[in-house]
Amino acid sequence: MKFLVCISNVPDTTTKIAFTPDNKEFNKAGVQFVINPWDEYALTRAIELKEANAGSTVTVLNVGEADTEPNIRKALAIGADDAIRVNAAPTDAFFVSQQIAAIAKEGSYDVILMGKESIDYNGFQVHGMVGELLGIPTVAPAMKLDMSGNAATLEREIEGGKEIVQVNTPFVASCQQPMCEPRIPNMRGIMTARTKPLKVVPAIGDAPRTQVAEFALPPKKQGVKLIDAANAGELIKLLRNEAKVI
Amino acid sequence: MSVLVVVECDKGEVKKSSLEVATYGAQVAAQLGTSATAIAVGEATEANLAKLGEQGISKVLYDNEPRLKDFVNNAYTKLIATAAQQEDAKVIVLANSNIGAAVGSRLSVRLQAALATNVVELPKTDGGQFVVKRGAFSGKAFSDVVLSGDRKIIAVKKNSIEAQHEAGKTAEVAAFSAQLGDADFADAPKQVVMQDQAGGILLPEASLVVSGGRGMKGPENWNLIEDLAKALGAATACSKPVSDVDWRPHHEHVGQTGITVSPNLYIACGISGAIQHLAGVNSSKVIVVINKDPEAPFFKAADYGIVGDVFEVLPKLTAAVKELS
Repeated sequence: MKFLVCISNVPDTTTKIAFTPDNKEFNKAGVQFVINPWDEYALTRAIELKEANAGSTVTVLNVGEADTEPNIRKALAIGADDAIRVNAAPTDAFFVSQQIAAIAKEGSYDVILMGKESIDYNGFQVHGMVGELLGIPTVAPAMKLDMSGNAATLEREIEGGKEIVQVNTPFVASCQQPMCEPRIPNMRGIMTARTKPLKVVPAIGDAPRTQVAEFALPPKKQGVKLIDAANAGELIKLLRNEAKVI
Repeated sequence: MSVLVVVECDKGEVKKSSLEVATYGAQVAAQLGTSATAIAVGEATEANLAKLGEQGISKVLYDNEPRLKDFVNNAYTKLIATAAQQEDAKVIVLANSNIGAAVGSRLSVRLQAALATNVVELPKTDGGQFVVKRGAFSGKAFSDVVLSGDRKIIAVKKNSIEAQHEAGKTAEVAAFSAQLGDADFADAPKQVVMQDQAGGILLPEASLVVSGGRGMKGPENWNLIEDLAKALGAATACSKPVSDVDWRPHHEHVGQTGITVSPNLYIACGISGAIQHLAGVNSSKVIVVINKDPEAPFFKAADYGIVGDVFEVLPKLTAAVKELS
């Protein structure tokens, strides 16, 4: 079984978001980048399934510039076998999806996994675009993934419940908790990751269909209005008469 | 040319988020000088579909194929793509839901359309450009995105647009068939399992949310959260540490890697307000924080706050709500 796990490189979850003075780009200065937390579910589950199915491999794929390599190495340290980096800035979901679809096709991957969405762009689009480009099923967002030969059973989250879905390889799934407990690299993993293959390839495909014109921060809150705990019922009156939300 | 709105239905009713989407679609149609047609998916009744006229929809297409009652990715995609072609839809509007994201992303490739998800406002269409504002960085920022090309697909974030109700207006409900066959249902779910929702209110759709954190001290105290939620008609939610230790189910976890909510009112009880939690709730219109620690970071993001013991404050709030009604 050949697993392809797509990871994106995102600002650490505790990052205070700021933009360049023209508001056209995210200000990377002083920001720590991490593997997108949703993608960690995809990566760890692929490694668990590889361990349970002898002869399987896990390839990590990132669309990004050279500064993403520390996180690709981290994915290798967690247990992926090799990596591919498409050397381009991930400008929009369609552009990224074209890269993933081309590599998935060329490498005849059986299972293509990724996180539900990235915590920076929050597109929640790539899974379906890749599935459609390859003409294969997509299950998104998946909370559980089990494999038996080339048949997979997944739990797909729907609003208010879940669906049990069965698909055969090849397929795409976008992953979220509680799929697995994401792993962290151990010392041996970190040592071996240095020598695992990381191939860099150029981007292909059509131009992006969307373009960010400007970023903005949400309007600042006015400040909190405190109500005395002894008189807590007053809050309900304020919510009805002042905030008008109940 | 027209605007096509994807309307999700459940147990005969049009979902609240789809009423918002219908309103959004009708307003985009007005902006572009055309009309809005809806395509309904899920289990619907003709009477409820006709009522989409109140949101400004002129015509509703409905395929009563029984296998479309549950979500089937391929079948839904083909159904909507067929409707989009029949109606010559230049703009397709759907909810930023799990169904909307699954279908919208496939449709964007099939119809060669530019896709924007998590959209929070009506588009700006002056000057020949088509620009939408969408949430990014997990609710910590917004971005204006230019959509290029002939066709656009917009997934509207829940609770960003208020559904209009123009009483008495009805839409024409027209039978529609995309000639779906067995192959289109190959990825149909084997089983659908619905959760018990407190008070029957779905968290992602809720306008009012009462949420608990580690300060609730244990699952046995959740009746305090549930009592207030029930009195308000709110959904219940929790922070990540709470779902991590299984005090509450995963589907109630609100935050960066959980559900993002944007209700009119979010009441946080015993939640300190880690930045990852705020990412899931900071587009709520009004935030109330109840915490005994006056230094809890959540107070900085709150509109109203009570510094006090949740075990004393919550029963008082529940009683005050009951007095109102």
